[in-house]
Amino acid sequence: MNPLNAHNLVIDVPGRTGGQAMDFTVGEGQVWGVLGPNGAGKTTLLHTLAGLRQARSGEVRLGGTALSDMKRRLVSQQLGLVFQERHDEFPATVLETALIGRHPWLSPWQMESGEDLAIAEQALKQLDVAHLSDRLVSTLSGGERQRVAIATVLAQNPATWLLDEPSNHLDLHHQVAVMELLKAQAGAGRAIFMCLHDLNLAARWCDHLLLLFPNGEACWGPAETMLVPSALERLYNQKLVTVEADGAPVFVPVKG
Amino acid sequence: MSRPLAPSLLLLAGISLLAMALSVSVGSVTVPISDLLSTLAGGGSTLHQTLIFELRLPRTLAAFATGGLLAVAGALMQVLLRNPLADPYVLGLSGGAAVGALLAMLAGLGAALVSGSAFAGALLATLLVFGLAHGTGSWTPSRLLLTGVVVAAGWGAVITLMLAIAPAQRLPGMLYWLMGDVSYARAPWPGLMLLLIVCLMLFPLGRSLNVLARGPLQAAALGVAVRPLEWLIYLVASLLTATAVTTAGSIGFVGLVVPHMLRLVLGNDQRIILPACALAGGTLLVLADTLARVVIAPEQLPVGVITALLGVPTFLYLLYRSRV
Repeated sequence: MNPLNAHNLVIDVPGRTGGQAMDFTVGEGQVWGVLGPNGAGKTTLLHTLAGLRQARSGEVRLGGTALSDMKRRLVSQQLGLVFQERHDEFPATVLETALIGRHPWLSPWQMESGEDLAIAEQALKQLDVAHLSDRLVSTLSGGERQRVAIATVLAQNPATWLLDEPSNHLDLHHQVAVMELLKAQAGAGRAIFMCLHDLNLAARWCDHLLLLFPNGEACWGPAETMLVPSALERLYNQKLVTVEADGAPVFVPVKG
Repeated sequence: MSRPLAPSLLLLAGISLLAMALSVSVGSVTVPISDLLSTLAGGGSTLHQTLIFELRLPRTLAAFATGGLLAVAGALMQVLLRNPLADPYVLGLSGGAAVGALLAMLAGLGAALVSGSAFAGALLATLLVFGLAHGTGSWTPSRLLLTGVVVAAGWGAVITLMLAIAPAQRLPGMLYWLMGDVSYARAPWPGLMLLLIVCLMLFPLGRSLNVLARGPLQAAALGVAVRPLEWLIYLVASLLTATAVTTAGSIGFVGLVVPHMLRLVLGNDQRIILPACALAGGTLLVLADTLARVVIAPEQLPVGVITALLGVPTFLYLLYRSRV
């Protein structure tokens, strides 16, 4: 796979001057988590990495080529993005929604084939929403919609996944199921890069972490070097208690 | 997107042909269907030949082309604005065309110049709306829609002003144009050709439009070159609208109601919806025009009145149901 690489990247967060340049590579088999308080620029970073937003300086490269020099279609065959916000002003069924994930792989004159349909159905099944195939997306619950959005990127089958708060709206079981799915994708030679609100999900499932501070400062590296209680306390401006459970550190906010 | 494409379109095409046959045979002199077929095949009486080839068929085809153009333009604008309530009339394109046409009429210019002026007015209106809505940032659908609605209100005021100062002998022609009327339309072919070309041209873009309907960011993430596609839709929709208003004056609600109805029945795959809009929009206007000719025969109503009378309650019903 072509690794995604941030090169001297400064993201353009409105109302913030400066900001630290970031240099990292999301390599094969890695699961990255981005942690930071509200407004630190997690979504902006994700959109910049996907080429949907201009960087203030530096560039994003995919397999060594600057993203801005690549055709969108070529980018979308390698890079998938699960958005935090979704638009469904027009009625669409769950199956139709998963099928748009096949768009990057079809030429303008091609109709979706039986194979595309099978891929979309398989993706829905893996996210446990196959039984909702014919329902309109607008009638689903928040968690079901989230799983349909993840299934759409699964149908897209990119080498690198970018996800904006994939655990949003999900119940505990489906949070774990989605994390397992992403871990399995990484295990199959893909790469995962996701923003997370839940520090403990990140501590448990990510092998690399990027901490994004509200002032634009950032640090990144292997998870065990980043999970330093004092750094995390400074990140969230919140006192934490650390305990160990089920083989992973668990961070609990201190009351008051 | 998985719905079968051909059957619904074939059915619509059949209905279109039936509506056109009805429209050609009904009127002051009723042409029975057997005579209609033999006349179309080259035989029949001279009366029927003149009646059909010189009077009714051009009018019916012009009505079909106008309806189809407006419906496809409406469907495209709805995708562009991601708002099911957008259409050329609501966005002020028809208003701009009307101002252009009325100016030419006020100056006492001939029919060809009135058409040209209407065309220029529609394009100017589009540029104005999209230019202003673009502003310093990017197009947001709500800003575009708001700009369109406000600009449309402005055109309305200009139209009223021109009617107020127009000399009495020019008023009837101006009013008739405003109400939308196909009775003087004698050149259906440019509109029909444009409709056909656009439907063929849009087919390969259909899936990209489906993705664009989910928002520009999602579309870009799935490999769509969003900005060029948005410009293309906007130009095509303007061209379609300008051609339609040039053919038949200002006819409202076809562009709004037809795509909305079809989406309720057929879903929102543009590869089906766009050709279906061409067929259903054409059929609707052919039927409305037939009605306009026979309701108070021998007098004729402008077809715009019929579409507005049907369109207003439909629009309100859809609005009431959609809870936007």
